[in-house]
Amino acid sequence: MRGFITLFHKEVMRFWKVGFQTVLAPLLSTMLYLLIFSHVLGKHVEAFPGVPYVSFLIPGLAMMALLQNSFANSSSSLIQSKITGNIIFLLLSPVSYPEMFLAYVLASSLRGIIVGCGIFAITLWAVDIPLKYPLWALIFALTGSFILGAIGIIAGIWAEKFDQLASFQNFIILPLTFLSGVFYSIHSLPPFWQQISNLNPFFYLIDGFRYGFFGASDSSPYFSLFVVSICLAAVSLITLWLLKSGYKLRN
Amino acid sequence: MPAIAIRQACKQFGSLKAVDSVDLEIMQGEFFGLLGPNGAGKTTLINLLSGLTRPDSGNLSIMGHDVTRQYREARLAVGVVPQELVFDPFFTVREVLEVQSGYFGISANEAWIEEILDRLDLSAKADTNMRALSGGMKRRVLIAQALVHKPPVIILDEPTAGVDVELRQSLWAFVRSLNQSGHTIVLTTHYLDEAEALCGRIAMLKSGRIVSLDTTSNLLKTCPGRRVKLQLVPDNLPDSLETELLQHESGYHVLKLEAFTDLEPMLEKIRQAGIRVVDMVLPHPDLEDVFVEIMRKQ
Repeated sequence: MRGFITLFHKEVMRFWKVGFQTVLAPLLSTMLYLLIFSHVLGKHVEAFPGVPYVSFLIPGLAMMALLQNSFANSSSSLIQSKITGNIIFLLLSPVSYPEMFLAYVLASSLRGIIVGCGIFAITLWAVDIPLKYPLWALIFALTGSFILGAIGIIAGIWAEKFDQLASFQNFIILPLTFLSGVFYSIHSLPPFWQQISNLNPFFYLIDGFRYGFFGASDSSPYFSLFVVSICLAAVSLITLWLLKSGYKLRN
Repeated sequence: MPAIAIRQACKQFGSLKAVDSVDLEIMQGEFFGLLGPNGAGKTTLINLLSGLTRPDSGNLSIMGHDVTRQYREARLAVGVVPQELVFDPFFTVREVLEVQSGYFGISANEAWIEEILDRLDLSAKADTNMRALSGGMKRRVLIAQALVHKPPVIILDEPTAGVDVELRQSLWAFVRSLNQSGHTIVLTTHYLDEAEALCGRIAMLKSGRIVSLDTTSNLLKTCPGRRVKLQLVPDNLPDSLETELLQHESGYHVLKLEAFTDLEPMLEKIRQAGIRVVDMVLPHPDLEDVFVEIMRKQ
């Protein structure tokens, strides 16, 4: 247990020590998205009936930032440790693989949630956003950050170079987040793209999260929770198996 | 109970047998040397012991704990100083040692951390970021990290590579004191004089196999033939001694000497040829001679 607490604490310190880059920078870039999209589309789009576009956009952007930062935390920590070689200090210790899993995932989740909360904190004074079902919002925020934290571990273990990790981020994580309904309701899409969106697990994370705010969503929150729970179980099992087997770590 | 027990350990990378059916026991309190040329399998063997690499077959245990099945107990019993100069650039020296203590389940380790910082002459750098340290200082931190959990077995993988003489001497004084206080020390080094001076027993590896295992004194006794270095005036060796000549270096003829009793007949031949001996050196056989001979034979 002490090993888990130490690794979790170390991972939190690691991103907190460079908070300018790990917390403030994503806050700034997300605010730029908000500024541009709300200015360009704010007067033309109404995603949900009676919900202004900027209000619709903010939870989606917060969730997108939460997901991307959760992924970035565990993946960047692992790849840096592997490339610089200091991963061996952890591998030489008696910390078990479930402890490693939990510590990396929870630290990633914390960073994602801090960034997500930061976005709400900044926009709160300017935009009125209801919070109809906070528990739903919390469940999806936690589940999303856990999933991306675990995927970050998988990517960090798999990648041997920074450009491989960048490819994982640019060709998998970024398209999945951008095409998940952050900026639009999928009902505004043609039927074909709606069906494609239904295959994107990130869509259910954002849609379920948004339900917590507006009580309205493209898909049933129960179905979304079912999908994301399956995803969480699957990525957790894969990550635990990789850590247990020592794949690309203990060789 | 041996500190380290290795039975038929094998590890293969592709077609390369890095460790090939190694059997080895190191008793508690030993200062043990693991020697071999580059690529002999020393680091792989250490990695197998420390859990950084998994064996293909065989059993390895530290203080009676199997390194695979009882990995927690085994890792608690061993501290490893890695060969590479690795560090975490986010943290200070003290933070690194606190984190390492936590990994080993120790929550309040301040007193011991202060002591090892002091003994490794790191106290003044305790709150310095790892990035700002010199190579020698980083090497000391690696040693401190291996000691935070007070392991009974300490493995040092080429700890003096690239280290200046002063640090090397203070490091060996520290490691000697650890050994005298009961720690088992396993050392790999390319500096054979260090191994000769420090290690009570030595294993030599080549191509993943142990090719020699004995006490240091016994290994030195097996030194292949002695040598005599003669400086002659004029600088010519009699023809009758040409077969004994090993080399001619720095004005000295280096001659093979099977036994000391061969020396007088050799000098007699030189005198009869009208040549004077102006200097004579009888070098003591050292571990390097033994090492070179064993590696040559294999």
